[in-house]
Amino acid sequence: MSNSAGTPGEITRRQMLRRIGLTALVAGPGAGLLSACATGGSPAATSSAAPSAAAATSAANPFGVAANAPLEVVIFKGGLGDSYATEVHEPLYKKAFPQAEIKHVATQQIAQTLQPRFAGGDVPDMIANSGTDLMDNAALQQEGQLLELAELWDAPSIDDPSKKVRDMVAPGTVESGLITGKPYVMNYVFSAYGLWYDSALFEKEGWTPPKTMEEFKTLCETIKAKGITPFAYAGSNASYYAYWMILISAAKIEGNQLLLDIDNLVDGAWQRDSVKQSAAAWAEIGKYMDKSFEGLIHTEVQTRQNQGKIALYPSGSWLENEQKSQTPEGFKYALTPTPSVTAADKLPFEAIRAAAGEGYIVPSKAKNPKGGLEYLRIMLSKEGARGFTEKSGNITVVTGAADGLELSPGNASLSAAQTAAGQNIVTYNSFEGWYKELETELRKQTNALMFGRISAEEFCEKMQKAADKTKADSSITKQNRTV
Amino acid sequence: MRHDKHPVAAGARSGRAPLVTRVRNSRYPFIAGFLAAPVVLYVVFVISPYVQAFYIALTNWKGISANPQYIGLENFTRLFEDEVFWAAVRHHGVLLLVVPLVTIAIALFFSFLLNLSGGQKGGQMTGLWGSKFYRVVFFLPQVLAVAIVGVLFRAIYRPDETGVINSMLAKVGLDPVGWLIEPDLALWAIMGVMVWQAVGFYVVLFSAGMSSIPKEVFEAAALDGAGRFTLFFRITLPLLWDTMQVAWVYLGIAAFDAFALVQVLSVDRGGPDNATTVLPLEIWRTAFNFSKFGYASAMGVALFFMTITFAALTLRVTRRERIEF
Repeated sequence: MSNSAGTPGEITRRQMLRRIGLTALVAGPGAGLLSACATGGSPAATSSAAPSAAAATSAANPFGVAANAPLEVVIFKGGLGDSYATEVHEPLYKKAFPQAEIKHVATQQIAQTLQPRFAGGDVPDMIANSGTDLMDNAALQQEGQLLELAELWDAPSIDDPSKKVRDMVAPGTVESGLITGKPYVMNYVFSAYGLWYDSALFEKEGWTPPKTMEEFKTLCETIKAKGITPFAYAGSNASYYAYWMILISAAKIEGNQLLLDIDNLVDGAWQRDSVKQSAAAWAEIGKYMDKSFEGLIHTEVQTRQNQGKIALYPSGSWLENEQKSQTPEGFKYALTPTPSVTAADKLPFEAIRAAAGEGYIVPSKAKNPKGGLEYLRIMLSKEGARGFTEKSGNITVVTGAADGLELSPGNASLSAAQTAAGQNIVTYNSFEGWYKELETELRKQTNALMFGRISAEEFCEKMQKAADKTKADSSITKQNRTV
Repeated sequence: MRHDKHPVAAGARSGRAPLVTRVRNSRYPFIAGFLAAPVVLYVVFVISPYVQAFYIALTNWKGISANPQYIGLENFTRLFEDEVFWAAVRHHGVLLLVVPLVTIAIALFFSFLLNLSGGQKGGQMTGLWGSKFYRVVFFLPQVLAVAIVGVLFRAIYRPDETGVINSMLAKVGLDPVGWLIEPDLALWAIMGVMVWQAVGFYVVLFSAGMSSIPKEVFEAAALDGAGRFTLFFRITLPLLWDTMQVAWVYLGIAAFDAFALVQVLSVDRGGPDNATTVLPLEIWRTAFNFSKFGYASAMGVALFFMTITFAALTLRVTRRERIEF
């Protein structure tokens, strides 16, 4: 993944947030800049005036793509490479429309390459809008430059025409690409969050990943007796890994509504029983950490896991890729969902926090926007998604597409977790990007809780106070989400 | 002067404007020409940001829009309830007491050893044996960039047994100490680094001050039977007063900063539990992380007044009669 190779957690996470579409904060200035550039262009061609005469729609060609219309595809050539496009998706498109000529453009600087073209009105038909220099999707949408993708999600799937494309992907995928409530971005790469461990070590010792917090504590005792630290995170710069766990567990207890309410600054959301129970349970696990971890950074702690000194480490699915060069021979990354806290949890143990990332867009003023949509539909087919996983080493949002593929250990466990979770997906927290002040307070209080300086009660109380402060602060623009 | 002739001739011809005025007149544009560039630069890059900060502090500017909204003193009233702000102010209080005091004490001691404690040799006061070498050693930390010092001390203070100090403690059978992770200890650990880094410069400063004290004064004192102790407290210290005053102001201003070290060394920037945070760090975070430039500017204005109050107070309180020699 472009966002992972060798980057420290900080950067990974920022890109992560961007990938899952939390760009609202920067949408304002971005739009201003863009409009400044765009003023030179003429306000001519709208999306309705597609130049290529639309062909009749059919079951095989739901968008009515003109068979001979050329297609221009722009791919961000970063960590994912671009062979998944040239060797998988483009040939698939060519197979469906043999007369169509495909122009492939690979770049590392999407914005520099495309901003002038958007301003001039000469835009490609499909863009992999990723990397450090991606264009601000929200700003593009505000300028009317993006094609709404509702048509894509409601189109019949290539694999099973009786199902819609939206039913073939992981829950939350469509939602992750919403801008002002409408789908504009197709997020393709599947990332999940949970506890990472060395399955080879666990197998050797006969340990199984815990399904409940009670089991977790018992396992911690067993692991500790072996002289290994059962659980750890880096307090110095990666405390958000720990608060992710707390919030995921709380969402499992109460359901995703809790995360919605926390994001929407609903009164008392932080002081609900679910948060208290989760915080208390994780504080218990925190007792198994060495207190020195508070002063260490992500890479220092992660190195200790690679050395077999730490059993379980909370993180996201980029971890395996990020650690590639440091992972010793025989170390097999595996992901396990966060353990259930109570027997009455709303979501099962298998439920996993997952998010779709790596956005693909179709410009509304493209010459062949129908072709762009069809290209995305091909990407979302089982064959297209499998090919992507084979070429780029990343799991896609297409459910079950990677089944039977030869995957890296981490990706294999991720794919298994994705299948096991099914519709039980814990959503992400948007407040992390919306309200940095609240997030900073959460980092502090998470360290205080996990290293035993405050109780779960105090944790909830302090977080509620911080949320109330954010809510009352007139200088902070309030955001809202409903899905 | 080579140009003497010309003005005289010119003055004689016109029969007015005496020579001196003429020269002065031609000198003003000359001086102004030299001063203009630095003054313009200073106004543009130093004065105007200060003035702007005062204005921005009265707005809720988020660093984005061109027209910040005026909100009066709201940012300043908010400061009073901001516990992180007060934690930072408290830390500056501690820094202000400890860092200058400890640094000056150590620097004075060292520079006395280096310059005056070796007795007289050929009518000249000398330092201990090898003092030239030590002078270089003491100054070395000053040469290192703060960021490097930070990274260095992260390894030295690392909280587990791989840290430099803790591995030594482990050798004598002691448990590792969480230098930067114990809320009660973290600020002291950072102050230790500040002192370590500053001492060298003040050793050099005080050495220069000591060498400018006339040797006759020491001779006279020595003849009267003054020992090293008396020499230091009765002669050296009073005669160094001006230099120490300068050092105190410098160190005080440094105590109002400490941004880089806290940023690099502390747990999650200012932690644990706000135990090490300082105002410049909070200003930086509020502006660039929280996008609250107005509120950050209000903190900046507060810091500005704290700093000049300190400097003015120090110069006033420590004012003494100057001894000319």
